Amino acid sequence: MLGKLARLSGRLSIVEPAKMQRKIGKGLAVAAITALTPLLGGCQFEVLDPHGPIGVDERSIILLSTGLMLIVVMPVIVMTLAFAWRYRESNEQATFAPDWAHSNKIEAVVWLVPCLIVAVLATVTWTSTHKLDPYRSIAAAVKPIQVEVVSLDWKWLFIYPDLKIASVNEFAFPVGTPVNFRLTSSSVMDSFFIPKLGSQIYTMPGMQTKLSLLASTPGTYDGISANYSGDGFSDMHFAARVMPRAAFDKWVASVRDSGRDLTMSVYRRLAEPSEHVPIAYYSDVEATIYHDVLNECADGSACTDDAMHLAMAKETFGDVGLCNAARILR
Amino acid sequence: MMGDLVGKLSLDAIPLHQPIIMGAVGFMALGGVGIAALITYFGFWRTLWSEWLTSVDHKKIGIMYIALAMVMLLRGFSDAIMMRAQQALASTGGPGYLPPEHFDQVFTAHGVIMIFFMAMPFIVGLMNIAMPLQIGARDVAFPYLNNLSFWLTTAGALLVNISLGVGEFARTGWLAYPPLSELAYSPGVGVDYYIWALQIAGVGTLLSGVNMITTILKMRAPGMTPMRMPVFTWTALCANMLIVAAFPILTATLAMLSLDRYFGMHFFTNTAGGNPMMYVNLIWAWGHPEVYILILPCFGVFSEVIATFSRKQLFGYTSMVYATICITVLSFIVWLHHFFTMGSGADVNAFFGITTMIISIPTGVKIFNWLFTMYRGRVRFTTPVLWTIGFMITFTIGGMTGVLMAVPPADFVLHNSLFLIAHFHNAIIGGVVFGCMAGFSYWFPKAFGFTLDERLGKISFWCWFIGFYVAFMPLYALGLMGMTRRLDHLDNPVWHVYLVVAMGGALIIMCGIAAQLAQIAVSVRDRAALRDLTGDPWNGRTLEWSVASPAPAYNFARTPLVTSRDAYWDMKRRGVAHRPFAAYRPIHMPRNTGTGVIVSAFAAILGFALIWHIWWLAIAAFVAAVAVAIAHSFNEHGDYTVSPDAVARTEDVYLEQLASQA
Repeated sequence: MLGKLARLSGRLSIVEPAKMQRKIGKGLAVAAITALTPLLGGCQFEVLDPHGPIGVDERSIILLSTGLMLIVVMPVIVMTLAFAWRYRESNEQATFAPDWAHSNKIEAVVWLVPCLIVAVLATVTWTSTHKLDPYRSIAAAVKPIQVEVVSLDWKWLFIYPDLKIASVNEFAFPVGTPVNFRLTSSSVMDSFFIPKLGSQIYTMPGMQTKLSLLASTPGTYDGISANYSGDGFSDMHFAARVMPRAAFDKWVASVRDSGRDLTMSVYRRLAEPSEHVPIAYYSDVEATIYHDVLNECADGSACTDDAMHLAMAKETFGDVGLCNAARILR
Repeated sequence: MMGDLVGKLSLDAIPLHQPIIMGAVGFMALGGVGIAALITYFGFWRTLWSEWLTSVDHKKIGIMYIALAMVMLLRGFSDAIMMRAQQALASTGGPGYLPPEHFDQVFTAHGVIMIFFMAMPFIVGLMNIAMPLQIGARDVAFPYLNNLSFWLTTAGALLVNISLGVGEFARTGWLAYPPLSELAYSPGVGVDYYIWALQIAGVGTLLSGVNMITTILKMRAPGMTPMRMPVFTWTALCANMLIVAAFPILTATLAMLSLDRYFGMHFFTNTAGGNPMMYVNLIWAWGHPEVYILILPCFGVFSEVIATFSRKQLFGYTSMVYATICITVLSFIVWLHHFFTMGSGADVNAFFGITTMIISIPTGVKIFNWLFTMYRGRVRFTTPVLWTIGFMITFTIGGMTGVLMAVPPADFVLHNSLFLIAHFHNAIIGGVVFGCMAGFSYWFPKAFGFTLDERLGKISFWCWFIGFYVAFMPLYALGLMGMTRRLDHLDNPVWHVYLVVAMGGALIIMCGIAAQLAQIAVSVRDRAALRDLTGDPWNGRTLEWSVASPAPAYNFARTPLVTSRDAYWDMKRRGVAHRPFAAYRPIHMPRNTGTGVIVSAFAAILGFALIWHIWWLAIAAFVAAVAVAIAHSFNEHGDYTVSPDAVARTEDVYLEQLASQA
């Protein structure tokens, strides 16, 4: 059954959108199209048509779990209809046993079968959750790319700490190379999600989450915020451009040539709420920006990590001891 | 000076320049005036006040709860139609007809109204109408408290609806996650309306929970041991235990959010050590049990309906009870599955994923038990049975997609997508709404004394059933295409087609709602023909069917003696049902009181004053509410006695009716 499901989903992606549009052109009723679209337009089902190993694994888990559950769900639906029809009041032929209300055998089956299926599912869950933990770096022969992501009201900032460049609402990375994201938010919660590549993760102010993704084919993939964050949320799109290594190097060069630097004051202007922000490149990045956003001191206030270190030092040395310690350290 | 007098309130708060909102307000005002005019025309005010609004009779309070739920269903459904229309119109690049700041209020209000002011009152209403009768009690344990609970819920609903015309409602989504709901990002009064509406209604719900638990534990008829209780009563008990355990979490969480907003504290703020993740955990520690608060009583309804209309004992009663208890306990250890994507470690995510799946075991057992209740029965396809069979099919699918999303890696791509929206509507419409409708048509004759028109009931069912699939199957597909929730506009010609179909589905559901309203109207018109003279229109099994329809104020002329499960069925079988008593005893009954209405009115004023920072009014309203409640406690005349003669007269009428039907 699972094999069939997998084959089916493979077959789904054969028909192209152009063909579908021609069909629309033929003037079929809207309802008919919709009934057919799930069968014809497999390539529209981004989540079921992933372009990276994380997404591929997640798709197979979706199909496997669905298949497992159908073992119970299908019989239940069939039995519901069959029993209701067979034992309808007008059917005098059917057995009538008004006081039959218990059977150890049936009870054993109805408790045990779901238990077994859940046991299998639980095993799948335990292993797959560990394997696909978003924090786990994807193993690959190539050195991963580091990208720091900041969600702002209502746009995305991408910082490449190793390359010292940054971009807004578009970022690029080489095909077949793992990308290790470290993510935070400047204001409210968002969720960083590229449906074609797999896993999403929340971005939260003052906190850092991590995610590792890999794209196995080049292309430009839509990225969104998958967590409502206010009025401009619907336009929080970004483009994830996956390209061969040489093209990526060119992209990096073009960003370096943009001639604009992401200084703290440029960042502060960027952080103000705005919608429909065009793609922007920054040839250089002030090194502390991501740290300061994460520690909520991009506005010039005290950084969270400093405050915490200070508090911990106070705990250890006391106020007076702290001054002495500071003197010694100096 | 003016500022002190009216706080933040000014004429600007009324959105006069927004034709859609003003239209809606006008429509609601017109409806209100129309109803008031009708009441005046029929001279019904006095009766309305003394017999209904102030009533402490659990049956009348139940009816009022359901009336509130129905009105709120219309409001919440209007929001749904507006959302579907906006997404259908604004999915090819255009802006649609709702700007984001309005659309965001609409989806927030839809969620809040449907859960807190539609589903909850409906469930509590059904419990009120049926449960005390099922256990052979005269009323609930605390009748005045019951009335107060209802009015506090209504006060909350009132505040949400006032926000439409005065100020704004929250634009945060129905759970108001911070930091978005903090003052820094939501400076308007919307979130304050949200907080105080839920706090006031929440107190009502909590009190109602205490009341129901006490009633079930202390007021069962002699002989009704726990394992003889009707399954609906069992599910009501479990649901109310969940209420008592979970609602204080909601109250505390919202209280912390209001401390942040009103006193500059930092529970959930970005800065100064606040932690929004704490809110997300807390709100779901309430929110997930809440789902089971809604669904468990519906499971109870289906159990009653399927046994009655299969003319058979419920299959696997003991299993059913233990499954209910399992679900009750497990519902408290699954909350994290609402945010697998928040970055918990794999161990934590996997743990909560697996506990979630485990809940599907007792739930699956229940479905099988309903199946085997039909097996070798004689199933009558009445409206409640159609809702039940529709539920069994629909809810199974909803359960499957739910367990799917309980697998964290699957959730990583489905979280917050329209797949999720389709899933929980699949469970809530297929489970809770279908359950409420089944219970409504099942117990309607008990509450009103006549049955509902079957033809329109069936039309309503088919519209809801088909409409649900047309509206939500496209959303499953859209979720798999990567469409996230709460988008006020988008540009995708393929998605557009699906969204238009979903809109069509919503319109079919609208026909279902219209059929229900028509069903009520037609049934009231034909009430003489639909009259239930026996009190037992369905050949029922539990005690509520052993008394007249509608039940007399005192419920049972003499407290019944229970000797087995399906107590009334057993009495009928042994031929001891409706045996006339030689003599009746006086019955001690609680007197109606207006205290609940007055206290709740002050609570609503208190909420309004807090929302608009009108401090003098807040203090005055709070003092007044407490003073009225204290004054009520000195009332020594809160009860009266029904004389044996009066009981005999009422019962004789019923016995004559019964004889005429025999």
